[in-house]
Amino acid sequence: MAEANPEQQPSAGVGDPDEDSPNMIVYRKIEDIVTRIQHETEGVPIRTVKSFLSKIPSVVTGVDIVQWLMKNLTIDDPAEAIHIGSLIAAQGYTFPISDHVLTLKDDGTFYRFQAPYFWPSNCWEPENTDYAIYLCKRTMQNKTRLELADYEAENLARLQRAFARKWEFIFMQAEAQLKIDRKKDKNERKILDSQERAFWDVHRPVPGCVNTTEMDIRKCRRMKNPQKVKKSVYGLTEDAQSQSPVHTHSQPGRKDTKEDVKKEIVFLNSQLDRHCMKMSKVAETLMGYTEQYLDYDPFLTTLEPANPWISDDPSFWDGEASKDPSQQRVRKWGFSLDEALKDPAGRDQFLRFLESEFSSENLLFWLAVQDLKRRPLQEVSGRAQEIWQEFLAEGAPRSINLDSHSYERTSHNLKDPGRYSFEDAQAHIYKLMKSDSYARFMRSNAYQDLLQARKKLETEQGRRTSLEKFTRSVGKSLTGKRLTGLMQSS
Amino acid sequence: MGELDVLKKEAETLKAQIETARKAVNDATMESAASGVAAAPRIQPKARRTLKGHTAKIYALYWALDNKLMVSGSQDGKLLVWDTHAGNLANCVPLKSAWVMTVSFSPSAGLVASGGLDNMCTIVNIAAEKPKTLREIDGHDGYVASSRFLSETEILTASGDQTCGLWDIETGKQKQSFLNHVGDCMCLAMTQDQTTFLSGACDSSAKLWDIRDGQCKQTFIGHTGDINAISWMPNEKAFITGSDDCTLRMFDIRADQEIMVYQNAQPTAGVTSLSLSLSGRLLFAGYDDFNCNIWDSLKGEKIGVLAGHDNRVSCTGIPSDGMCVSTGSWDSFLKVWN
Repeated sequence: MAEANPEQQPSAGVGDPDEDSPNMIVYRKIEDIVTRIQHETEGVPIRTVKSFLSKIPSVVTGVDIVQWLMKNLTIDDPAEAIHIGSLIAAQGYTFPISDHVLTLKDDGTFYRFQAPYFWPSNCWEPENTDYAIYLCKRTMQNKTRLELADYEAENLARLQRAFARKWEFIFMQAEAQLKIDRKKDKNERKILDSQERAFWDVHRPVPGCVNTTEMDIRKCRRMKNPQKVKKSVYGLTEDAQSQSPVHTHSQPGRKDTKEDVKKEIVFLNSQLDRHCMKMSKVAETLMGYTEQYLDYDPFLTTLEPANPWISDDPSFWDGEASKDPSQQRVRKWGFSLDEALKDPAGRDQFLRFLESEFSSENLLFWLAVQDLKRRPLQEVSGRAQEIWQEFLAEGAPRSINLDSHSYERTSHNLKDPGRYSFEDAQAHIYKLMKSDSYARFMRSNAYQDLLQARKKLETEQGRRTSLEKFTRSVGKSLTGKRLTGLMQSS
Repeated sequence: MGELDVLKKEAETLKAQIETARKAVNDATMESAASGVAAAPRIQPKARRTLKGHTAKIYALYWALDNKLMVSGSQDGKLLVWDTHAGNLANCVPLKSAWVMTVSFSPSAGLVASGGLDNMCTIVNIAAEKPKTLREIDGHDGYVASSRFLSETEILTASGDQTCGLWDIETGKQKQSFLNHVGDCMCLAMTQDQTTFLSGACDSSAKLWDIRDGQCKQTFIGHTGDINAISWMPNEKAFITGSDDCTLRMFDIRADQEIMVYQNAQPTAGVTSLSLSLSGRLLFAGYDDFNCNIWDSLKGEKIGVLAGHDNRVSCTGIPSDGMCVSTGSWDSFLKVWN
């Protein structure tokens, strides 16, 4: 009854699909099931159903499919049978006749089986020209059941824009296809139309549906059959087809030359020279780091005030941005010089401390170089010279202390000033700050006060507010009519 | 015949020596060392925002430094800039080429970069009244899989032409090229001080590069498939990679080798993306099978799942304040979780 139309036998020679590829193995398994399920005597009852004034040819109910699967594939749980049935549908081997969404339901919904011509094992990769022809064809027919769904109408509009120049050609093809279709018997047409639609439901799915044909575009051109000839569903020749969006960039195979191997040897030697750290030490530092930052990780610690994403209250962010840092923030400055410099408030405090020691030129130099690296190209040269004059030149107002080697290198770099002319000097100054000034900053009264002062202020405030609360509540009950109120509030 | 073979033999000997040196420092495994650490709590983050606006697969997302703006790129040909906490669309940038694979913000969030199948990295000024293309960098011979700003004037790219590049945005010229991979370069991760960066490629290796002189400093092997995602651990001494071989792996720069593998009992789906929480303890990984797993990075155990997408999770991201994690999917939606 539902035998495939002899005109639509799968055509051979698409370009050898690899029979061992995981997809092909699965397709053959599915096809075995699908062939058995359509068997005249051992399969499901496929019949024509009367509906209002017309007939629905060649359908089977979801219940029947599920029952058959359970019996013939020895499945106990109907949920599993539904799952397998849905996977078979999602691949495009069966489809509901009144829905674009390819799943299987265990009820009276009607399903049909896909024609072998449209089976996925034929390695279809239909082009947008084919899809355009199909949608165009649909609009030419005056049948409500063939009206375009919203997403199809959108797709059609998009394709019309994309193929504006050759729309006439597409229109003609659609007409030609329609002519061929019209020659067929009415019932046969109903079946073929639905099978064609199901084919497009696989290759151009409803938005939000799982698309089983999707490939990551980055991996596309490294697919197994790069020489595969792309076939048109409607028999169009190659030059009529649209350009595939996948750029085919062929890489010439590179054989290792002597130069390549020599370079490799140099590289390997440098690798060998490197000292590898012990795993136990590596693990120790990693665990130490995560432990230290545990209190700052919003996924592992509840924050005060609450995480804005959970409470919908953005006051946490206001706190972070303020120049008045919380104790949490101040504590973080102690983790490393990096952390202190990352926080604008930390930078300010550190700078203030250095100024008190008359050694702020180091930090100012470091900040100036950081800023230089972000300047637009035309400003770089001038700014670099200014930095040299301010910090490094003879008699500079904010003279920094560089070792002679770095000084030489920097002076040489300044002949052709660029964003990275001060890299050496900056690294040297950073090391100096880290080992010397930063350590003293941590021990300084200024920092310690900030670290402790927050605590003091908080407890004072705490006492103040609870006192306020008490006096307020006492006041309320005094104005209240009942005496018991006064008793309760104390 | 002779000389090439001799050279190859020398290379092989050196490789063996390096392997021996690496094995010699293996006095413990990460798992055993971390066995004493308290288990991370089993967390079940909820989707706090679902951002709807794209009409096709989302391929990439990126958080701005202000921790509120996020940009996403989709094959519907648009970059959408979201004010994520308010849940609103802040800006929309139409692209010339719909095949976008990567998006990123400049540090000021005034510029966005996108790259894709057009082999170009396009930089757009979104601070202006209307988004305006500032520069089109077209020096690559293959798709641009990843792009990261160093500043408002410099950008780093990873490409399907097996190279990475450092470009000056003002002139569009290439300042440095990074040649050593033998497969498409898929992902990048820069250090905070911008002196070095990591790249992951389809040759299953990750490489550490010096940004200034273009030299490959170290190569890390261990994966058996394309490396799709890469990220530094916050201490910037170790990093994690995600691959088509269905595993994530942690490598350490100083130990010069792989130190941990994160693998499901039934490996069935490749890893598309990954993000680390602020302390580095939690690892969020998006997979082909529509899930996003949460791993304890120290112990190598799975401790949670983000379930809610109807298709592949193609990208994830955690803002710099670590307050939430966002996921982007082929189902065209973005979700923000905590």
